[in-house]
Amino acid sequence: MADDLMVPEPVRVLRRQQELATTWTLELESGQAGHRPFLPGQFNMLYIFGVGEVPISLSGDAGQTETLVHTVRAVGPVSNKLAALKPMDTVGLRGPFGVGWPMTAGEGADLLIVAGGLGLAPLRPAIYHVLRHRERYGRVILLYGTRSPDDILYAGQLEEWNKRPDIEVHITVDHASGDWPGKIGVVPSLVPTLDFDPEDTVAMVCGPEIMMRFTVNALRDAGVEDESIYLSMERNMKCALGHCGHCQFGSTFVCKDGPVLSFERVRGLLSLKEF
Amino acid sequence: MKNIAQIVCEHPFFHGLDGEFCDLVCGCARNVRFNPGEYLFHEGGDADYLYLIRYGQVALEIAVPGKPSVRFQTLHDGDLVGVSWVLPPYHWAYDARAITLTRAIAMDAHCLRKKCDDDPVLGYDVLKRLLPILTSRLHATQMQILDVYGAPEQPE
Repeated sequence: MADDLMVPEPVRVLRRQQELATTWTLELESGQAGHRPFLPGQFNMLYIFGVGEVPISLSGDAGQTETLVHTVRAVGPVSNKLAALKPMDTVGLRGPFGVGWPMTAGEGADLLIVAGGLGLAPLRPAIYHVLRHRERYGRVILLYGTRSPDDILYAGQLEEWNKRPDIEVHITVDHASGDWPGKIGVVPSLVPTLDFDPEDTVAMVCGPEIMMRFTVNALRDAGVEDESIYLSMERNMKCALGHCGHCQFGSTFVCKDGPVLSFERVRGLLSLKEF
Repeated sequence: MKNIAQIVCEHPFFHGLDGEFCDLVCGCARNVRFNPGEYLFHEGGDADYLYLIRYGQVALEIAVPGKPSVRFQTLHDGDLVGVSWVLPPYHWAYDARAITLTRAIAMDAHCLRKKCDDDPVLGYDVLKRLLPILTSRLHATQMQILDVYGAPEQPE
């Protein structure tokens, strides 16, 4: 079983769309089985033959498993090659792996989804799921922060969601020039401006780790319980099976026990520079 | 219609202030409005007023030579604009400009400082209200300086 999970399956790229200056969304075949079910928050290992393999979160709708959607930021040798793939090119695929967002635990509660930068990509399947099963959840609030107006990921989709009556969308950017009519400030600063019930809220947070730490502080200050805060941790995953230890975070293997972990579990580790 | 005392004392910045103190600080207050694009104050200017936003959106900006100003924070209903009025030499450190029609309470800084100096209990109360604002702005600045959405944290 473990051997099979270590062997990438070649799949073709179906579509490629530029999102931001260095960020692309790839739609891939799901492989020979014709479909590849996944849970919101899980990731796949994408392999550029002869170059290397990287973990990339699934960013598409888990309700549609015939194709797989990944949003990739070109930052290193592998992701640069991934971002340059064209339709009909081949990429190696393993997965899905990991523990996803608490979609079941969150049922009946209000959801506060906080995304920073590219962190919106791993949260998008959770948002799709919530909107597909809207009756299962209470109030749904999405807070999104990024560097500047030019760096807003899935801008068109955020605009569409913002028009819906069943999800509240708040966007802020770290800085902007004069033609940006929206909010400016860091995303954690939106939390105290919300009128919400912290005792009945499950928070899902994804973004750069510093942004998540500040957001967690804001959520705790607002009264959200530690066990109701979930983070998607980013670590250097290699085997994705909890064997190699590259992604070890204290006693936790981010690839196998995460990437989504409750804050309660990582509370003592989050600010340790050794990790 | 609410009088200015009610508006001031119901504003989040002064909410819960002792009634006697509330009457005191209201003597420093007046209603103001700013049209979109209008400046509340400019960098380097005298910090003669602080503004309690009742309605609207205000951008804090830093002028960059040869380039458009950089906006680093927006403030909204219930927010306080300006903290330099409490710190000598009482000069603004940035520009503040209304983005939308903004209605606010302008508090005369000389008047408020004098009342705070005359009654240290009031002064301490006002400082306790300012400190969380300063702290949260410091944290926000830390995040902005770190440019957390820039380089990735984990190498491939």
